[in-house]
Amino acid sequence: MKISKLFLSISLALGLTAGAQAAEIEVLHYWTSGGEAKSVAELKKMLEAKGHDWKDFAVAGGGGESAMTVLKTRVVSGNPPAAAQIKGPSIQEWGDEGVLANLSAVAKAEGWDDLLPSVVADVMKYDGKYVAVPVNVHRVNWMWVNPEVFEKADANVPTTWKEFFVAADKIKAAGMTAVAHGGQPWQDATMFESVVLGTAGAEFYKQAFVVLDPEALNSPTMIDALKTFHKIKNYTDPGSPGRDWNLATAMVINGEAGMQFMGDWAKGEFTAAGKVPGKDYICTAAPGTANDFTFNIDSFVMFNLEDKEQRKGQNDLASTVLSVPFQEVFNLNKGSIPARLNMSMDKFDDCAKLSAKDFVKTAEANTLVPSMAHGMSTFSSTQGAIYDTVTEFYNSDSITAEEAAAKLVKAVAAAKY
Amino acid sequence: MSINRVLIYSLLGFVALIYLLPLVVMLITSLKDLDEIRTGTLLSLPQSLNFDAWGKAWGTACTGVSCEGLKGYFWNSVLIVVPAVVISTILGALNGYVLTKWKFKGSDLFFGMLLIGTMIPFQVILLPMARTLGFLGLSGTTSGLIMVHVIYGLAFTTLFFRNYYISIPNELVNAARIDGAGFWLIFWRIIIPVSIPIIVVSVIWQFTQIWNDFLFGVVYSSGDSQPITVALNNLVNTSTGIKEYNVDMAAAIIAALPTLLVYVVAGKYFVKGLTAGAVKG
Amino acid sequence: MKKKSSAPRQSLGNLLPKLVVAPTFVIAIIFIYGFMLLNAWLSFSSSRLLPTYDWAGTIQYEKLFANDRWWVAAENLLLFGGLFIVICLLLGLFLAIFLDQKIRAEGAIRTIYLYPMALSFIVTGTAWKWILNPELGVQRLVREMGFESFTFDWLVNTEMAIYTVVIAGVWQSSGFVMALCLAGLRGIDDNIIKAAKVDGASMPLIYRKIIIPGLRPVFFSALIVLTHIAIKSFDLIVALTGGGPGFATDVPATFMYTYSFTRGQIGLGSAASMMMLMAVAAIIVPYLYSELRKKKDEH
Repeated sequence: MKISKLFLSISLALGLTAGAQAAEIEVLHYWTSGGEAKSVAELKKMLEAKGHDWKDFAVAGGGGESAMTVLKTRVVSGNPPAAAQIKGPSIQEWGDEGVLANLSAVAKAEGWDDLLPSVVADVMKYDGKYVAVPVNVHRVNWMWVNPEVFEKADANVPTTWKEFFVAADKIKAAGMTAVAHGGQPWQDATMFESVVLGTAGAEFYKQAFVVLDPEALNSPTMIDALKTFHKIKNYTDPGSPGRDWNLATAMVINGEAGMQFMGDWAKGEFTAAGKVPGKDYICTAAPGTANDFTFNIDSFVMFNLEDKEQRKGQNDLASTVLSVPFQEVFNLNKGSIPARLNMSMDKFDDCAKLSAKDFVKTAEANTLVPSMAHGMSTFSSTQGAIYDTVTEFYNSDSITAEEAAAKLVKAVAAAKY
Repeated sequence: MSINRVLIYSLLGFVALIYLLPLVVMLITSLKDLDEIRTGTLLSLPQSLNFDAWGKAWGTACTGVSCEGLKGYFWNSVLIVVPAVVISTILGALNGYVLTKWKFKGSDLFFGMLLIGTMIPFQVILLPMARTLGFLGLSGTTSGLIMVHVIYGLAFTTLFFRNYYISIPNELVNAARIDGAGFWLIFWRIIIPVSIPIIVVSVIWQFTQIWNDFLFGVVYSSGDSQPITVALNNLVNTSTGIKEYNVDMAAAIIAALPTLLVYVVAGKYFVKGLTAGAVKG
Repeated sequence: MKKKSSAPRQSLGNLLPKLVVAPTFVIAIIFIYGFMLLNAWLSFSSSRLLPTYDWAGTIQYEKLFANDRWWVAAENLLLFGGLFIVICLLLGLFLAIFLDQKIRAEGAIRTIYLYPMALSFIVTGTAWKWILNPELGVQRLVREMGFESFTFDWLVNTEMAIYTVVIAGVWQSSGFVMALCLAGLRGIDDNIIKAAKVDGASMPLIYRKIIIPGLRPVFFSALIVLTHIAIKSFDLIVALTGGGPGFATDVPATFMYTYSFTRGQIGLGSAASMMMLMAVAAIIVPYLYSELRKKKDEH
């Protein structure tokens, strides 16, 4: 190990110190810019008030893809961070590896089971024990509308897919882009899941994207949904492939386009442009999904650490994340709604209030479904397989909906083992 | 000037313009404000020179919970690049010296082995390397990252020096040996003095590779020792926030300045160094 | 390579040279070949989220070969790699020949051709995306100049997107080939060219018969570097197209990264990288063998 010593001595000579200090809480996250970064900074402040050191470990890019790569190498090196931003069924995958910390004690002391809706709580548990703590709830099945464009085109805001195409035709005829879309796999999938939900309903959606039932995936219902999905492409502009979602949102803001299918984080763009909900823009559920809710929950997962101080820090971090002040400030910034129940929504805007109301309502009606596009319904391998098929079908004009449905079954099966 | 000359000049100039385009776009964008970016075209000039974005990228943009711009990370990169370049260049020079002037049985095979090594996709080694660094207690440290850069730069520096030294006449070395000079003395007195051009090539190459590296930097560094490319990535990427393109572009240019400078200042020596031998292998 | 390359020998110092290269040797054995072997093992394991060293037979390879996306990626590498290497070599050669005509401001022009080498695509990716985007970049600019029907939408066209990757790749690397060729041109003995001129040979003929053949070693050096760049192309793809539209511009490097790290299918990703390594070996090993043989024949 001559070489390692050499490097060690060189680095010491340069005045660098190696290794982590005790009682430092290292948090891996991918919220690195703008309002998100500020929200995380709030969390840091609150944690430091409890006497811990926050060691920031920020890795942005690709909706957390880079962060996951880094996380894996850190776990393999035997040096995991205290907490990491992981969500959905991936939590179960990490649980299977046996590297997660048990938060039962703090969860019991604070009564998380009563604070959290059971849908949310289930995601946070591995083997019946809390291993993660939720930050927020995003609603994905939103449609963002520029009312001015609709007025100019003499169209009505659609509530069904049939109405949607009528309105889209009118906007197109009026010389504007009907749908602002960013052609990236996750955005294609975001739009697709809203189409499936809107045309086939929550029950079918769950059968297809949660149960992964081959019969549902390759059913006439799915083929119809695929056809509707592909038809939307005719109403997007030629510059859409590869476009970032926020640029698509800007098209709606500027009045270049009539609507966009995107989760509630799009609201931040409208707010930043000085637009007011209900007046300058309308947030409404995607056609046919007014009584449904696709959720996307961000959460922090805690890793198993030896150090006692650090474990205390993890517990304090978890309880801070669920605390009312943090939930409020974070979600006001991010456009989402708090993950914990019975919080005052006074400071939130109308879109968030509607979202919070629908969240409770759909949970009771059993039409609250996990977002496939955002990794809430399947493992990442299956999610990726669905992405591949959906995006290939959307971008190609030579694949039929029937072929795509058959491919979907094949791809999902191949990703399973 | 003959028609031929005019043709040559206009062709060279035209290609130069195309090559400059991305940098020009970045520069122009960094000087506009966000409204101008939204409404104007790529090459429409900014209405007034506005260096706010540069200031923000350097000093106040968020790259995580801290919003202190790129300035701290710039220094991190220097701390990583300098030792890594120095060590890999020294080792490469020694290897090249041995592989050409002190050949032994199997030295060609060894060189071939190293060459194949340059082709290994870095994604393959991420996990085993992480394990190794953890084992050595270097996980998440600058030393560990320097080590990784040295290891995977060695094949290139060895290649450069070997191809250069092969053109130094062996007679020189033999004569020195007859005069009683040993391994180190020959290296120091005969080889090094004529090595300046290839040292420049090796340093430029390694400096560029390591300064621009993102994959190793993001994986093997942690927290406040991250290199500038990782900070740039954090600054530019946002999952659900507003994109400030002028700041992004200014940050990108700041991150690229050292390598740009190296090419502008040392580009001449780069071509000279290549002329001097690297192309004769 | 006319010099005899048998090195001087020393009775006692025989061990020292070996000692000097020993660290590099150990490093190569562990960190290149050892890791390759580990990767080979993983490709026969059932690894998913994290590596598990078990034995699952050839299932990962079967899955890989049944995967449409893999074949798209492999085909793209052939297409991209081939075009990228050929265009870089040709463009680099011609730029070098033109620059070698005693051009004023040669230094400045050379620097302009060379500077893309200094930048990573993490830096230039966004600018490139804008330039190639039909709504923002070249297409819009040309249309605003009055050519209404001008179309340049390769970036967003499933069939053509891979060629935009070639364009950006050539932009980055052709300057390096230019520098190598320029160096080679400067290294050719002027007297031979003068003699040929005296004999009445035209310049194009001199280039074809004397100068370009004299650049052979340059092409080989360039080929090694370009092949290495093509196979490892990763930042380029991610920054420019993210593999899209769909996965139309996926290459093996992005494929293996996606599966190993994003999708938690390390076994499959490892199988993909084994295929990459084997392809590299199939190209490089015969080349190295012939080069080493050639050197021996020359003595």
